[in-house]
Amino acid sequence: MISMAGKTISRWWALFVLPTFVAFVIGFVIPFILGIWLSLCRFTTIAEANFIGTKNYAAAISDPEFWHALWYTALFTVVTTVIVNVCAFAIASLLTKAIRGANLFRSIFFMPNLIGGIVLGYIWMLLLNGVLQHWGKSITFSGTYGFWGMVLLMCWQQIGYMMIIYIAGLQTLPGDVIEAASVDGASGAQTLFHITIPLMMPSITVCTFLSITNGFKMFDQNLALTNGAPSNSSELVALNIYRTFYGRAGFEGAGQAKAVIFFVIVALVAILQNRLTARKEVTA
Amino acid sequence: MSAKAKHSGWWTLFFTLVCLLWVFPIVLVGINSFKDKVYITHDAFSLPLGDMFAGLDNYRKGIEQTNFFASFGWTVVVTVGSVALILLCTSMCAWWIVRVNNRTAKSLYLVFLFNMIVPFQMVMFTLSKMADIIGLNTPWGLWIIYLGFGSGLPVFIFTGVVKGIPQELEESAMIDGASVPRTFFEIVVPIMKPSIVSVAILEAMGIWNDFLLPYLTLDLRKYRTISIAVQYLKGGYGTVDMGAMMGCLVMAIIPIVIFYVICQKYIISGVLAGAVKG
Repeated sequence: MISMAGKTISRWWALFVLPTFVAFVIGFVIPFILGIWLSLCRFTTIAEANFIGTKNYAAAISDPEFWHALWYTALFTVVTTVIVNVCAFAIASLLTKAIRGANLFRSIFFMPNLIGGIVLGYIWMLLLNGVLQHWGKSITFSGTYGFWGMVLLMCWQQIGYMMIIYIAGLQTLPGDVIEAASVDGASGAQTLFHITIPLMMPSITVCTFLSITNGFKMFDQNLALTNGAPSNSSELVALNIYRTFYGRAGFEGAGQAKAVIFFVIVALVAILQNRLTARKEVTA
Repeated sequence: MSAKAKHSGWWTLFFTLVCLLWVFPIVLVGINSFKDKVYITHDAFSLPLGDMFAGLDNYRKGIEQTNFFASFGWTVVVTVGSVALILLCTSMCAWWIVRVNNRTAKSLYLVFLFNMIVPFQMVMFTLSKMADIIGLNTPWGLWIIYLGFGSGLPVFIFTGVVKGIPQELEESAMIDGASVPRTFFEIVVPIMKPSIVSVAILEAMGIWNDFLLPYLTLDLRKYRTISIAVQYLKGGYGTVDMGAMMGCLVMAIIPIVIFYVICQKYIISGVLAGAVKG
């Protein structure tokens, strides 16, 4: 059913929709379609491209560094998602209780989020290299060092962000349900696992979704902190794609193929994760 | 109750310590920004005393090497322009989508949703080359690119908001003879105002700190944002003037902290507006 007002409004499409739509076509639709097309071509510029079928994909999946970057990123995402969400949830539940200074603590935990990834990377390079100096090492000593360095950075950055979302969720929890549980003699752990967490599933869905996509897409911090060193062993997949494009001449096609694979993975993970956690949601 | 109060004191102490640890990385950068660059790499944890003290040298070098104030200015131009354009265009677009709600509007909405799950790497090469060809490699060109590539999330948030606004108010305004644009700007926008502020903050945070999109798109001989300037301090093969770097990091952080102190309430609402299910 389209209302009368709806019909009148629809005539104004040129003013209301066209500007966004034109920008959307330039900034997203054309680059996206062209990106898929170019992943099937040999090219150096977008004007000169020759169709070569799936050779770029063959080149992409036969690149051991790409596989390394994929596993490295998957592991990084799992580790950071778990640590960030457990810590953020714990801090949020403590800071929603009557603790003096809770507001100030919240502000401090959140602050790193406002700083850009490049700046964050160099802040942590200073700190981590300063510490590792005592053992005569640096953050680029091995891929493992880079991994835990980035995990630390990511936790420092993201815990405050997720904490804000969890606090908002906790504040809307119905107090009477939790009270009823304690009257019925439920222990703290029982209340947490059987009442609070099920009721918090919407916030948990959002936060895990955000941490997973943030982990998968992380680029700036990786570029600034380790830049993939030593010998690409601390390279996350976004950096690997970037370097395939701009680091080696003649590999643009493989880079675009990797980008398409990356997009498919990110989309699948997003959809799958949303299905899984949405199913666990309950209402009080 | 008294047991609770006693616990609360311990928790305050605990969180005070954790928060000191939390701000330590930033304080460390501040301390090192007054140290001579030789000592920054070898002795990051001492205070800048005696020989180590470099005064404002690092800041001077940082400003000279990166042309910091120009980068700051361009970052302001890119951020303010993009955010303004995004707010105006996507709020109008979202209202149209919800109120018209025909097949075109619905499919448009789905395409915007799709946009949200596409990582930037998917389009980075083609988008940056296209921007070069059609002359969008300027700060004002970036306004259009950010509106285009980043329209999914604001359209999604705003459609959610518009769906919650009762239609009767707008209809009676139109029956009274108000034009469609006037109805939108005088009736709908005031109701949407809180969410517009939230989206403004959310977008401003993202665009101010963005690195890769402006780095690949802008004509770097003329325009650099702060993130690009900081990254440029790292020379070709790993050599960094850590002194100038520390100065720049502090100068990059200060405006953000000021902004945070002033707008904290809105920033938190911006985070919550962005925390919507995809």
